[in-house]
Amino acid sequence: MSRLVRTLVVVAALLMSAAYALPLWRVSLFAPQYPEGLGMLIRVNTVDGVKEHDLANINGLNHYIGMKRIEPDAIPELRFMPVLLGGLIVTGLGVAALGKRVPFAIWGTALGALLLAGLADYWRWGYDYGHDLDPNAIIRIPGMSYQPPLLGTKQLLNFRATSWPASGGWALVLAAALVAFALYLAFFRRARADRTSARVASVPFMVAA
Amino acid sequence: MSRFLRSRLLAGVAAVVAILGLGYACSTRQGAPALTAGDAAQRVYVAPGDYDEFYAFLSGGFNGQVGVYALPSGRRLKTIPVFSQYPENGYGYSEETKAMLNTSYGFIPWDDVHHTTLSQTAGEDDGRWLFVNGNNTPRIARIDLTRMETEEIIEIPNAAGNHGSPFVTENSEFVISSTRFSVPVPNADVPIADFKQRFKGQISFIRADQPGKMAIAFQMIVPGFSYDLARAGKGPSHGWMFLSTYNTEQANSLLEVNASQRDKDFVAAVSWKAIDACVKAGKGRPASVEYLHNVVEEFTRIARTERLTTVTQLEPKDCPGAMYFLPTPKSPHGADVDPTGEYITAGGKLASVIPVHSFSKMQKAIADKAFEGELDGIPVLTYESTLAGEVQNPGLGPLHTEFDGKGYAYTSMFISSEIVKWKLGTWEVVDRVPTYYSIGHLMIPGGGTRKPNAKYVIALNKITKDRYLPTGPELTQSAQLYDNTGNKMRLLLDFPTEGEPHYGNAIEAAKIKDKQLKFFKLAENRNPMVARAERETGVTRDGKKVHVRMTAIRSHFAPDNIEGVQLGDTVLFHVTNLEQDWDVPHGFAIMGNTNGELLVMPGETRTLRWIPSRVGVFPMYCTDFCSALHQEMQGYVRVSPAGSNVALTGTLSRGPSAAPKAGGEKE
Repeated sequence: MSRLVRTLVVVAALLMSAAYALPLWRVSLFAPQYPEGLGMLIRVNTVDGVKEHDLANINGLNHYIGMKRIEPDAIPELRFMPVLLGGLIVTGLGVAALGKRVPFAIWGTALGALLLAGLADYWRWGYDYGHDLDPNAIIRIPGMSYQPPLLGTKQLLNFRATSWPASGGWALVLAAALVAFALYLAFFRRARADRTSARVASVPFMVAA
Repeated sequence: MSRFLRSRLLAGVAAVVAILGLGYACSTRQGAPALTAGDAAQRVYVAPGDYDEFYAFLSGGFNGQVGVYALPSGRRLKTIPVFSQYPENGYGYSEETKAMLNTSYGFIPWDDVHHTTLSQTAGEDDGRWLFVNGNNTPRIARIDLTRMETEEIIEIPNAAGNHGSPFVTENSEFVISSTRFSVPVPNADVPIADFKQRFKGQISFIRADQPGKMAIAFQMIVPGFSYDLARAGKGPSHGWMFLSTYNTEQANSLLEVNASQRDKDFVAAVSWKAIDACVKAGKGRPASVEYLHNVVEEFTRIARTERLTTVTQLEPKDCPGAMYFLPTPKSPHGADVDPTGEYITAGGKLASVIPVHSFSKMQKAIADKAFEGELDGIPVLTYESTLAGEVQNPGLGPLHTEFDGKGYAYTSMFISSEIVKWKLGTWEVVDRVPTYYSIGHLMIPGGGTRKPNAKYVIALNKITKDRYLPTGPELTQSAQLYDNTGNKMRLLLDFPTEGEPHYGNAIEAAKIKDKQLKFFKLAENRNPMVARAERETGVTRDGKKVHVRMTAIRSHFAPDNIEGVQLGDTVLFHVTNLEQDWDVPHGFAIMGNTNGELLVMPGETRTLRWIPSRVGVFPMYCTDFCSALHQEMQGYVRVSPAGSNVALTGTLSRGPSAAPKAGGEKE
């Protein structure tokens, strides 16, 4: 592995560690009665409100349509996600130190697979909350479900729900893109990458600094 | 029709003035420059959803409250109950707020609010608190402007008619109380005819810079005149308070004639710094009195009453140099200090001029001992020695003066019903506009401070006659907004007010708006009967008292079915609003309650007392339309005969999805 590729892997690992501090995803809700909006931040280890009481207020409103309460302590993913992410970061740094292509390929593939699995799990979680409704809910509209969008905006009764990656999520996306680029360099443009590595490699260091 | 009425009324007003022999009123009135309706409308139009530029706090007079308005639109935003019970939000009805209305005479559900004053820092309105006076049973209240609720009320002993109050000093060191109706001090069973010998006034300085700790620092016992209005000095005159007086004749009957005999009454100049020094030097003496101090505790939100029994008193002769009388024509009403602190104007309501005293001349006169006599140990300065100038032919019935900070003064004219603008220094009248009708106070935002914002002048009127759709014998009260951005004042808007707006203050919205509390933090609620979650609710019996610890959240109460109450019990509903969101109060009322209702703010606990008077089942419900299921937010209380064996329970069904869960006695 060239110096550039190894550098990219290190930078990607550092970016991924930002996800411990920054929220991964943001769901925003607006309604005529909530011009200031309610918001929910999905973090690697918890779910909390944009404002102090937003999550409680979202839960309060959701009881009308029979959605389950969002209780971060009851979501198992939030317990093992930090460990999984930590594992990825540490092994990533190890892969960079080792400098061997095969472990890198395995790690890169695992990272991609886990990120996709995470997204799929998040979608499934949203699907479950949106569809598994209390049959005795106060407001029951035949055929209506309340799954928030994975990306983009959707009208759910009086609320307009918008869902986008938040800063930590974008850090993961960028990390994944860097790893993809590094894989490409390592496996498809090896010779050329070696030639230019000295020049290009200084850039990420400057960025990282 | 209305034009006919108006012209008839104007003719009537003119006739009254002529009968009074004060015939030049109408000739002095000049029409304001025409402002087309469209222009005026644009100046006061605040588009739906947009905010106004100023908050205005107008006293409610005999409604005992303060009205919160927005300027320039004149829209009413809120009523803040102060000295009056207020059924709308349970103030004075809930157990937590009742104590606010305690006095040494007992619980009083009403008073007469005349004057407002905003707290100041360095002579500028700072937007922390609003102080208002209770005129009838002398008290001063402090309203917190982050929540716009009355937080503190202190009673003033030995006062009667707390009219010259609560004008604040420039760093909110003190607010003042002064006596309008002199009484025996201490009050006693004496013949009214002994007025001159036995009746006294008082001037008290009340510490105002520590929330929750208002205290009477000292009380000066002064001659038995009527002390009418006051203003604190500022800048060079900081440390002084100037008060108008009338009835220096000391009449005790038919005052309209007998108190109007002397050519001059006084402006009293009182140095609170000198009194403070005298008190520190041990010249005050403790007087035995009884007065109450009511304060809302910060985290329980419960009003507590403290009974106080002494006040530090002194007389002018105990503290030479602390008080002087400045002769002033004739029955002066307002005593107002200009933004520089140099000029003290007096609105002699029966005078034909507006006299203006000079603070620097007053100090020189004191040094030169330019005294024409002495009254009860108080030197009386000569009129000429303190006079800066007189505004000639200002109009009729000058009352109050506010300032623009650009060298002009604005005086309200009650009898000729106009605002007169005049120049400080030259004393010439430069503009006048009619008011509709009989203006009392006028108000400029910051007009009594060192930093006026004179974009607008507001007239607070006593009579509205034909200005609005008539509403029976009692007509609306009103205020008027004048544009003051040009050389000439121009009428922009009439707007109705609640109660009688004696005085008011306006302040830039930016100084207050972003400090508004949105809700109380449930986690900080330390009311002893709080239930911070439904699992903490319950019903308990303590002898003949039944305590219901209850929660309210959209859209149910917990518990909502209560049984086991017996005739003869007193039920106390302690309702905690669990919401932690803006603008979600819950109400609470129960059928047949001879008390009021509760309006519980998010995070707050309020208690309603109910003494059932018959056996049966009584519905209770949320009175504030809180949510889509508000109509379902209700419950029942079953009342059984005394001695019944129905168990005391409070329950809430968990709905068809969960097994019903019994609540019951939890403690």
